[in-house]
Amino acid sequence: MLRLTWRNLVARKVRLVMSTLAIVLGIGFLAGVLTFSHGLGATFDNIIEGSTSDAVVRTEGEVSFQASGAGTTNLVEPEVVERLRALPEVAAADGSVDGVGANLLDEDGKLVGGTGAPTLVFNYYDSVNVQGEPVLILEEGAWPERPGEINLDVSSAERGGYEIGDEVTLLMPTGEQRRTFELVGTSNFNGGGTAGATLALLETSQAQEAFLDGADAYTTVTLTAADGVSQTELADAARTVLPDGFTAVTGQQVIDESDEQIGQLLDLIGYFLIAFAVIAIVVGAFIIFNTFSILVSQRVRESALLRALGASRRQVTRSVLVEAFLMALLGSALGLLLGLGLSRGLAAIFRAQGLDIAGDVLVLTTSTVVAAFAVGIGVTMVAAFVPARRAAKVPPVAALRDDLTVQEKALGRRRIVLGSLALLVGAALIGAGLLGAPGADAAWIGAGAVIWVITVAVLAPVLGHPVLLACRTVFGRVFGTTGKLAGENALRNPRRTGATASALMIGLAVVSAVGVLASSLSATNDELVDKEFRSDFLVQSPTFQGFSTTIGDEIAAVDGVETVSRMQGSVAMVKQDQGFVMGVDEAFAEIYELEMRRGTQQMSGEQTILSASSAAELDAEVGSEVPVALPGGEVVDLEVVGIFEDTPITNGVTLPISVLEEAGLRRTDSMLSVNVTESADVDEVHEALDEVVADTPIVTVQDKEGFAELIKQQVNQLLFMIYGLLALAVIIAVIGIVNTLGLSVIERTREVGLLRAVGLSRRRLRRMITLESIAIAVLGAVLGLVVGLLVGVALRQSLAEDLTVLAIPFGSLVVFLVVAVVFGVLAAIVPAVRASRMKVLDAIATE
Amino acid sequence: MTGHATGEATRGVAASARDLVKTYGAQEAEVRALDGVTVDLMSGEFTAIMGPSGSGKSTLMHCLAALDTPTSGEAVVAGTSLGSLKDKALTTLRRDRIGFVFQAFNLVPTLTARENILLPLDLAGRKADQEWFDAVIDAVGLRPRLGHRPSEMSGGQQQRVACARALVSRPSIVFADEPTGNLDSTSSAEVLGFLRRSVDEFGQTVVMVTHDPVAASYTDRVLFLADGRIVDELRDPDRDAILERMGRLHDASARKAG
Repeated sequence: MLRLTWRNLVARKVRLVMSTLAIVLGIGFLAGVLTFSHGLGATFDNIIEGSTSDAVVRTEGEVSFQASGAGTTNLVEPEVVERLRALPEVAAADGSVDGVGANLLDEDGKLVGGTGAPTLVFNYYDSVNVQGEPVLILEEGAWPERPGEINLDVSSAERGGYEIGDEVTLLMPTGEQRRTFELVGTSNFNGGGTAGATLALLETSQAQEAFLDGADAYTTVTLTAADGVSQTELADAARTVLPDGFTAVTGQQVIDESDEQIGQLLDLIGYFLIAFAVIAIVVGAFIIFNTFSILVSQRVRESALLRALGASRRQVTRSVLVEAFLMALLGSALGLLLGLGLSRGLAAIFRAQGLDIAGDVLVLTTSTVVAAFAVGIGVTMVAAFVPARRAAKVPPVAALRDDLTVQEKALGRRRIVLGSLALLVGAALIGAGLLGAPGADAAWIGAGAVIWVITVAVLAPVLGHPVLLACRTVFGRVFGTTGKLAGENALRNPRRTGATASALMIGLAVVSAVGVLASSLSATNDELVDKEFRSDFLVQSPTFQGFSTTIGDEIAAVDGVETVSRMQGSVAMVKQDQGFVMGVDEAFAEIYELEMRRGTQQMSGEQTILSASSAAELDAEVGSEVPVALPGGEVVDLEVVGIFEDTPITNGVTLPISVLEEAGLRRTDSMLSVNVTESADVDEVHEALDEVVADTPIVTVQDKEGFAELIKQQVNQLLFMIYGLLALAVIIAVIGIVNTLGLSVIERTREVGLLRAVGLSRRRLRRMITLESIAIAVLGAVLGLVVGLLVGVALRQSLAEDLTVLAIPFGSLVVFLVVAVVFGVLAAIVPAVRASRMKVLDAIATE
Repeated sequence: MTGHATGEATRGVAASARDLVKTYGAQEAEVRALDGVTVDLMSGEFTAIMGPSGSGKSTLMHCLAALDTPTSGEAVVAGTSLGSLKDKALTTLRRDRIGFVFQAFNLVPTLTARENILLPLDLAGRKADQEWFDAVIDAVGLRPRLGHRPSEMSGGQQQRVACARALVSRPSIVFADEPTGNLDSTSSAEVLGFLRRSVDEFGQTVVMVTHDPVAASYTDRVLFLADGRIVDELRDPDRDAILERMGRLHDASARKAG
């Protein structure tokens, strides 16, 4: 039997290549995503572990790896470092000056690194990491030894277009905005790369001058343990000599904190990508199922002959399954190779976005290989199982019959009833989600959506019937007999057409559901901007980074500017929970009138106003006190004076900017709201403001339209990324159409011959097959769009609090339909050409 | 060159072969399916081509019906020499001037009987002549079955639909390849009777390849092929005469083989 299986594979290689391709692509995507996620994690692990020392002295309440956007003014005096150095447990203690909020400009004065990874500026000292290796490795030139010298990481120097000896410009968050340094060398973190972050090293006194107003002090101290001293012993010992407000933590804790912060993000990226891999694989499974169904039905006579010659049902089933197994093995192996390439491609895309992933961590791990083969073989075997059983059910007498293929039966009534019930169950789940069943609404709706998609796929032969009838009518009207024949062909084997279309349906359902959400998000944003954008201009950085307060000063001085309101955000521990607070100045109330539930918007001193949802979370009322721990260790008890309706204008915990200042936070601005005087020419003021920020590439001035446009762009960027990831699933579905059409053409060889004999030209034959392909594509698209639309609307409803406006992207839906038709045409090319090349006589003579 | 196939002087030539040669394979493995066939098929006649398996009878029909191209020699159908025609012109010729009835798989399964019958006309974008359509339908006796699909009809009914399709576009010539090969004797008689009537009543030209002497006995003229050549012919044949000639042919080839 094995030999027969092998012969079958070889004999039908062309047909199987296409199904194998479906496995290759699906598994390739999965392997690529897994490899990429692993590489992403490894990149950060390497950096974190390679750059963390045995212990760190820092201010209390601080957490690693947080882009707080604000430096602290709570500093470590040099004598503390001396004291630490004197401890017997300490081998080395180095004072560190961490500059926050600086940015590197390139040769042409543009921002290096764009809007992604942070810029880390600190003083150079030769510390070692937890493994006893140097944290920084000099690649070229020298370390900065004198004021005015700088050392950049290799990649940033390259991106900035800087050579050793060049003048390098840094944009500072405080004080003098632009400062230039001489590039004396390039370096890298031990562990390779910086993951896209920019590293700028200064000489210590220079760093102190630039970031600490010249104070001879440090922000943190890195400690290296003496021989035989554990991290914990080291940290414990250090704590005994530290002044109030400072603590020492072990390197392990720093690594854990960093992993936690970064890990969440990385996991999110991983799950996000894997979700698309799963979609691609499910689509692939449909195609494998379909291909085997067709192959089995074409092989009916052979199976019957085998049965007549004494093969048991099991042997026939097994022969098909072994065939599937070999195909899966090959497909998964090729998929792994493709995945490796794909992960490099993903890395390149992320690199372009500023997240640098080293090539040498993008390797196939054992778990990736195991997962790829397990999923590839598992899915293929499951998909091939039903057709294999069907092959075994062929009675031996079929070998003697004349009809060459067994028509796949129409759907049984039982299946239709069960399917309808499943649709209802799905609807009930979605309804439960919308009506607020316990747990996440989206989870209920998601479960309902999955049931819908599967049921629609199973019921596609029935549900799709009207669509196919419409296709037949339209084709017949437009293309005459050729069109009618094509329409009939799409209708003649509803199961096959349905299964092929279902593959496309899945992709399009996700596409249109996402489309509904995205357009609703855009519409909601538009409405919000319209309602909440009260000032004439907003000045902020796209990354919500802090910028120098001098910009606000200059703007206030511009002719025609009436009011400038400053906001400064900061991380904070609000009642034990890590969060974010927003400091606002007095002018805030002049521009923004918040919708107050209770109390007043006016704050002074140690007071705060909370959004309704924050108040509920914190269990706070007007009059209660909320403890807020700010970076630097200062804990302030703030009195709640007002509770406002949730709004995107400001954060849930809003406090006077003076609170931040008094807690020792360095003043920077996160956002400025600018109002002009009544008599001012808005355009002129806009130009003047642009002039002010021209030297500061991280900051932009936006009016209402510009702001709305910016948000729309961000939504679209995400949307196109999702579409891009779904493209693979759609491509696999198109391969499915190619496969089905190809097999159908082979199956209908004699019919094709007959049509050619009675006068169908090659061109019209090609057109007939193309139209059949379009019918399948349209069916998949229509089913997908309808399901996607319903799910999208339901999801939007469940998110109605955030997505207040429902917008159906009719334009996009039409585009999707057109794209589906184009794919239908493309899918038909190969089968159509093959059919038209068949010699009439061969076609007729085929047995 | 016209001497061999004698036609009645009053009738035109519907199709003719001039020194047709068709070979398959190359060099040593070469098979000469047709070995220099020259014949005229007359208009308004019902001609049978007979011969043992492998005699080249189907190949001759395929070459004359623009389904296959000869290795050398000339085939002329309805006054058009096929040799110089490209696929497109051949397609048009088949559609407009030639009718086909095959042994099996004659009909498009997705179309009804009526649609199958009208298929060549639809493909040509022509309207059926209603009177002629009615005449043909009544002749094959299919009126109550017009809305049925092939799967809902018996083999004999399917072949009659195929005959009606072959006739409805008023082709110059109808080629039938073993049209009764898959039918029982009653259905065979119906189909053959219809082809006979189409010649007698409508003046149609029909050429039929068959190995069944009973089928051949319906025709006006029987051409016998052996080893790719026309070796004999009979006019107004009866079954016994055909059987006798077939027997002789069989004996001759058996002797040769022996």
